Amino acid sequence: MSKFTLQVNGRSHEVDVAPETPLLWVLRDQLDLVGTKFGCGIGQCAACTVHLDGAPARACLTPVSAAASARVTTIEGLSADGSHPLQKAWCELDVAQCGYCQAGQIMSAAALLARNPNPSDGDIDDAMAANLCRCATYFRIRAGIHRAAEMAAADREAKA
Amino acid sequence: MSSILRAPLDRRSFLKLATMAGGGLVLGYYIRPAGAAEVAKPDIEKVDGVFIPNAFIRIAPDGTVTVFSARPEVGQGIKTSLPMIVAEELGADWKNVRVVSAVLDPAFGPQFAGGSMSTPMSYTAMRRVGATARAMLVEAAAQTWGVPANECIAEAGVVRHAASGRSMKFGDLVAKASTLPVPAAESVALKDPRDFTLLGSRIGGVDNLKVVTGQPLFGIDQKRPGMVFAVYEKGPVWGARPLSANLDHVKSLPGVRDAFIVDRTVPEGQLTGLVPGVAIVADSTWAAFSARTQLEVKWQEGGFQNSSWEDFSRQAQELAKAAPGSPNVAVARTDGDVDKAISGAARVVEAAYSYPFISHTNLEPQNCLVHVQGDRAEIWAPTQNPDGARKLASQVLGIAAEKIQVTITRIGGGFGRRLDSDPVAEAAVISQRLGAPVKLTWNRTDDLQHDHYRPGGFHFLKGAVDADGSLSAWRSHHVSFGSNLGADDYPARFVPNYLLLNSKLENGVPQGPWRAPGSCTYAWMICCFLDELAHAAGRDPVEFNLALLGDRDLVPGTGERGRPYNAARMRNVVRQVAERSGWGKPLARGKGMGLGYYFSHQGYIAEVAEVTVSPKGDLKVDRVVAAVDVGSQIVNMSGAENQVQGSITDGLNAAWRQELDIRQGRVVQANFNEYPMLRIPDAPRAIEIHFVKTDNPPTGLGEPALPPLAPAVCNAIFAATGKRVRQLPISRTDLSWS
Repeated sequence: MSKFTLQVNGRSHEVDVAPETPLLWVLRDQLDLVGTKFGCGIGQCAACTVHLDGAPARACLTPVSAAASARVTTIEGLSADGSHPLQKAWCELDVAQCGYCQAGQIMSAAALLARNPNPSDGDIDDAMAANLCRCATYFRIRAGIHRAAEMAAADREAKA
Repeated sequence: MSSILRAPLDRRSFLKLATMAGGGLVLGYYIRPAGAAEVAKPDIEKVDGVFIPNAFIRIAPDGTVTVFSARPEVGQGIKTSLPMIVAEELGADWKNVRVVSAVLDPAFGPQFAGGSMSTPMSYTAMRRVGATARAMLVEAAAQTWGVPANECIAEAGVVRHAASGRSMKFGDLVAKASTLPVPAAESVALKDPRDFTLLGSRIGGVDNLKVVTGQPLFGIDQKRPGMVFAVYEKGPVWGARPLSANLDHVKSLPGVRDAFIVDRTVPEGQLTGLVPGVAIVADSTWAAFSARTQLEVKWQEGGFQNSSWEDFSRQAQELAKAAPGSPNVAVARTDGDVDKAISGAARVVEAAYSYPFISHTNLEPQNCLVHVQGDRAEIWAPTQNPDGARKLASQVLGIAAEKIQVTITRIGGGFGRRLDSDPVAEAAVISQRLGAPVKLTWNRTDDLQHDHYRPGGFHFLKGAVDADGSLSAWRSHHVSFGSNLGADDYPARFVPNYLLLNSKLENGVPQGPWRAPGSCTYAWMICCFLDELAHAAGRDPVEFNLALLGDRDLVPGTGERGRPYNAARMRNVVRQVAERSGWGKPLARGKGMGLGYYFSHQGYIAEVAEVTVSPKGDLKVDRVVAAVDVGSQIVNMSGAENQVQGSITDGLNAAWRQELDIRQGRVVQANFNEYPMLRIPDAPRAIEIHFVKTDNPPTGLGEPALPPLAPAVCNAIFAATGKRVRQLPISRTDLSWS
């Protein structure tokens, strides 16, 4: 066991775990942040997508030792109250079915929008191809990303 | 007192019931003697003065309406749609409705989620639940004002008396309504559907905000104080038993609390309940997962360690040569004289179709939290079948079912898998030994290799068309592993000379219902072969299929298990989908349209797929158009469209690349890297849905839009390339053309 200090969603947490423990299980079992989901354990479904210093990463493949040097953002930290444009668009368009993959979908999409505020369908295909949705809500996921991009653009315009 | 009310209880006894801790009076459709059974109730406000007209509804003095959602939410949207039905009849303002998941309790009636049955079973019942409470609120207002109840209406959380212009909010009527007797549910008038304001509108899922903010909703998210974490390793070959394991070593590993062999099968002889294995219990999920990598077990492999898909396939080819009535070739239906019709036919087509075993691959791996304490147990489970889960746990634990409480969590994908309760049984056994709350988590390999699979199968078909282009004979030999085609399955009853032969291969593969069981593969074989016959007859497939559906409206079922087939409803959706899709429009080489249609789960659905196949054989499904007849009323338009969009995309997902290989009595594939699932780039870009409303009771949408998709795509591939796909997955067929 080793002690690590993790910066998760702007807060500092000290954990005492084996260094190879995946970030996923530290989040879920130690920090009670269960929004990040377990699906495959080998980086093939992306249900566990979080941001490390803003870039999407698979928490199931990220040892806690590697996460300790980064700012970790999980779905619980994407916004304080569900007000991120993607979260709003997901509710507006009623994207989810079972909902299990959607945190990972939103985290991948948030990283996409952060670097590309107005993605094309092709950009969405490239950025989202790793994220598995077993209910196959892809039609609405695509619409949700476009809608969130619109909302974010309107927000920027309102602030300008 | 209005004539529609009766007085089964005096005021005092009603109030007593209403102030029981969270308790309630049960009405009408779900009758249970008040206070008869000790059952756990959801932990909601126990505020004095809350109006509890029945098990499903609480109305607080502030006007908040709490509606209990009794059926498991697997992503089919039932937690939103059934409360919408209650709210519609109640006349509640949806903004003031709060939906709470119910625990398993007979007060709520049937609580499973399967077979697309929730809507047909609960639609009228939920209307009555809402209407009964509405009648009491209206009566309370009428008495308060001294006006006849039938002059008052309830809408948007308010009772109004138009003639005098008076109105009262539901919250202000709660005290008075609580003193009134409860009317018999059947005695209360239901709304005229033309007056519906909520049903048919687009309502977002009630848990959407929790989903997008990562709140703990699912089985795998549940926690209890003092909880420990477990894994359960089963033999690689189905039916295997552990003879010995390096338990001492495993127990010495960091964080491990216990490791032990479970050598029981419950129910005896079945593969889909508790099966033998080795349990490891640890302080965290990761400690349990890590320890498991060092577990070594010696297995006794049982009797099926030599079975393989290759061998099954060989056996099926042999059976196909056998005569009707010979061993394991049962004649399931015979009409006319198939052999004679075939020998005299203008054109005969023969084809062998096959499809593999596939997995449910619920994205939330199987899991369960159980806390056994002496002669009682609590279960928190993502189960589609909470009553079945409780029964199995009762058997496994030797604890009476009444002493087992089941909390139904949100479910990360059902598709039929979670009608079986094996993970509940495993967690129960482990918790009973530990005496602590135990959360069991499967990994993806457990899930793929210990699923209860959608069976594969083989279908040997021969069909004949007359000189006038009509289908005169259909000879069908289905070789499967569990269920076979039924005697009434389409196109039986529509072809004058018809022979259905059924065979079953002996096997040790655990099987279970997979979204639209049976239909999910039968539709593909049948509609693809009909397309082959349409082309053999030189006829347009839409026209050929409409002609086959004939001119009768309701075709009666035959035999003991026969079901009527409403050919008028099917012709209607086929015509609609042809029209809406632009069927027959000229398309470039490499592009094509195909038709699929099927009656399943009480829904009549036709779909047209439009595909592009590149000369190299790369497939793209550009557009799918669906015409859907699920009766007179769509409950939630957003949810209904989501189910159809999802079923279409999932149908493509299953048909395109999914395939499990069986070798040496086990599934070869261990994770998603070996079992390709559809991702967003391959999902259809355009999906158009047309609900065709007919004067029939509303039915479910979790399943019936899936079966027509695979044949629509495969028939479109033929139109684009001239290549027939007679084997699933589609990826097995080289689609290149020049």
